[in-house]
Amino acid sequence: MRAINLFFRVTFKFLFIIHLLNVSLVYADAKQTVNVAYLTQEQKAPPPLSNLDAYIKDKGELGAGLAIDDNNTTGQFTGQQFVLKKFIVPLDGNVLETFNKDIGDQYSYVVVNLPADALNKIADLPAAKQKMLFDVATIDDALRNEQCRNNVRHILPSRAMRADALAQYMMKKRWNKWFLVIGATEEDRLFADAIKRSAKRFGMKIVEKKNWEHTYDARRTAQSDVAVFTQVDDYDVLVVADEQGQFGEYLEYRTWNARPVIGTQGLIATSWHRTHEQWGAVQIQNRFKDLAGRWMEEQDYAAYLAVRAIGEAATRTKSNDVNKVKDYMSSEAFALQGYKGNPLSFRSWDGQLRQPVLLAAPRSLVAVAPIEGFLHPKTELDTLGYDQPESTCKWSQ
Amino acid sequence: MMKKNVLGLFLTATLAGTAQAETVFVTLEKDNALAVVDPVAGKLIKTVEIGQRPRGITISPDNKFLYVAVSDDNTIKIIDAETLKEIGKLPSGEDPETFALNPTGEKLYVSNEDDSQVTVIDIKHKKATKQIKVGVEPEGITVSPDNLWVVSASETTNMVHWIDTKTNAIVENTLVDPRPRALNFTADSQQLWVTSEMAGTLMILDVKTKQIVKSIKFDIQGGVTADKIQPVGVVIDKDRKRGYIALGPANRVAVINAQTFEVEKYLLVGQRVWNLAFSPDQKRLYTTNGTSNDISIIDLDSQTVTKSVGVGTYPWGVAVKP
Repeated sequence: MRAINLFFRVTFKFLFIIHLLNVSLVYADAKQTVNVAYLTQEQKAPPPLSNLDAYIKDKGELGAGLAIDDNNTTGQFTGQQFVLKKFIVPLDGNVLETFNKDIGDQYSYVVVNLPADALNKIADLPAAKQKMLFDVATIDDALRNEQCRNNVRHILPSRAMRADALAQYMMKKRWNKWFLVIGATEEDRLFADAIKRSAKRFGMKIVEKKNWEHTYDARRTAQSDVAVFTQVDDYDVLVVADEQGQFGEYLEYRTWNARPVIGTQGLIATSWHRTHEQWGAVQIQNRFKDLAGRWMEEQDYAAYLAVRAIGEAATRTKSNDVNKVKDYMSSEAFALQGYKGNPLSFRSWDGQLRQPVLLAAPRSLVAVAPIEGFLHPKTELDTLGYDQPESTCKWSQ
Repeated sequence: MMKKNVLGLFLTATLAGTAQAETVFVTLEKDNALAVVDPVAGKLIKTVEIGQRPRGITISPDNKFLYVAVSDDNTIKIIDAETLKEIGKLPSGEDPETFALNPTGEKLYVSNEDDSQVTVIDIKHKKATKQIKVGVEPEGITVSPDNLWVVSASETTNMVHWIDTKTNAIVENTLVDPRPRALNFTADSQQLWVTSEMAGTLMILDVKTKQIVKSIKFDIQGGVTADKIQPVGVVIDKDRKRGYIALGPANRVAVINAQTFEVEKYLLVGQRVWNLAFSPDQKRLYTTNGTSNDISIIDLDSQTVTKSVGVGTYPWGVAVKP
């Protein structure tokens, strides 16, 4: 039985190889290989905030996998082969060591799914100097400004881009008076800073600002704290900064005055959402679900775009050379299809991927920013986040 | 039986009675229906139920049958173009959207977007005879008038794949601008016109060399930003004098001089203009306008939009019967 199995396996493999050979004979001459590394570290599952959403361990990875498949579909016609190697550092491991030892000089393109601090340390390693690193995890504006690195491209929209997207929508709705509620974490403070920046930028007013210092217990919060907490002077909309989702979900329907909730909960700003179906998005949503058995998360989308960006540049330049690919990716000719209507490209001043930002409620896509009417001399996408004159990134000098 | 015949006669009589002019059929994606329009009178005659989420539509060379991709029913229906009754189904594969009929009317080539393949259907035997692997998310597809080439455009691979109709094999691939949407041959089969939704361009490919010989970037002055210009449907008149390109959310049809490749004009039509079809005499052009729920009628002698006719929700494809 085993022998038969083996026989079949070998035969199939052989047939498969023959098939591949045929394909390459028909479509292209020699294969050129583009090696891509995907680097992440295992994380402790955070304490569950509710039983509704299961913790997802592999956000990002599967998006990169789908993109490699897409790249290779193109590659079969162009004679390029894309190989993805995943490096998942254990909880107690050292990502810098893995980078130096395993990624070393074998990979020119590294998709990095790590926190800001680790990303910066990796970017500064001598071994990383001649590489392109694709950040698919951080949303920090500091990394795109004073801490920017020439070898890093940021795929996810920064906090400033998200806040601007929300602000444009609020402005359109004439929700001019904001009540800003800020959580206790450093990330919440950064999100609140981005909201303050947007308010100034679009001439909106933060009429009240409060730090959430109450309990995070659902029942107690729901019943009493929110109503008391939200008894403030009149406002149009409550803007919440709670990136980990510790209390933000409990605000809606419980505020003293009947007001919408927007920010990190309620109406959120995101690069990807399961409610998004336009511009061919339904296709990739389906393909991803078939592959992963779950919805595509933001990090999956980011990793997908990172690997697709490498594919697009390698295909157009017919090269796996990192300098050629980097030049092309930085040029005006580069246009990445990201299922959001506009072609995506990288900002020359900080390496941020320019893109529309989705404004989504849990079960409906409400709007896509830039909101119509917000104009820009070059591209309306640059009405979101730090535009060239505002940027403090000095890498180009 | 008796009743059916009477109804059939009655229908034939009314259709014949409306005018010598043609009938325009429009698929309504969200209404699960087909709109029947008298374009000369500028009137919606009726809408008939057709199946779940109808999109691509074409008419047989003898004008007897309509083929309609009903995406959510996973089939392409054969509809009698007179009675509008369903007379058969074709095995299109899942979620068919766009397809192309060959000039003899014997074969249908279907893009299967989710499976990255093109299915070849033998219409007479209602059988899928071949599946051809192409790039990711194939969408636009067309057959050359000389029946030598089937060309499939894959939106995510950014290529057009040249399939030899005799062997059903890809013999060449041309890399084009991002997200190629629609494509069409000139009547002489010498050129292939391809639109790129992302880059906002029209590319003209030479069929002999399979290379891009001209790329036209659309630029509309006055209030329409480049982001809004997303070219989709493309048709070229039979004398290769002019080509017409639907520009999606720019709400315009571009008129191209097909000899010099200059953009002569942008005609304002309905919202999110998707697909285009000529009248049989090529004196008029019909456009489906996805979000304004109407079709625009363009008079081609005067190059003006003469009428818009409300048809129903999300008009998608258009076919014309003389």
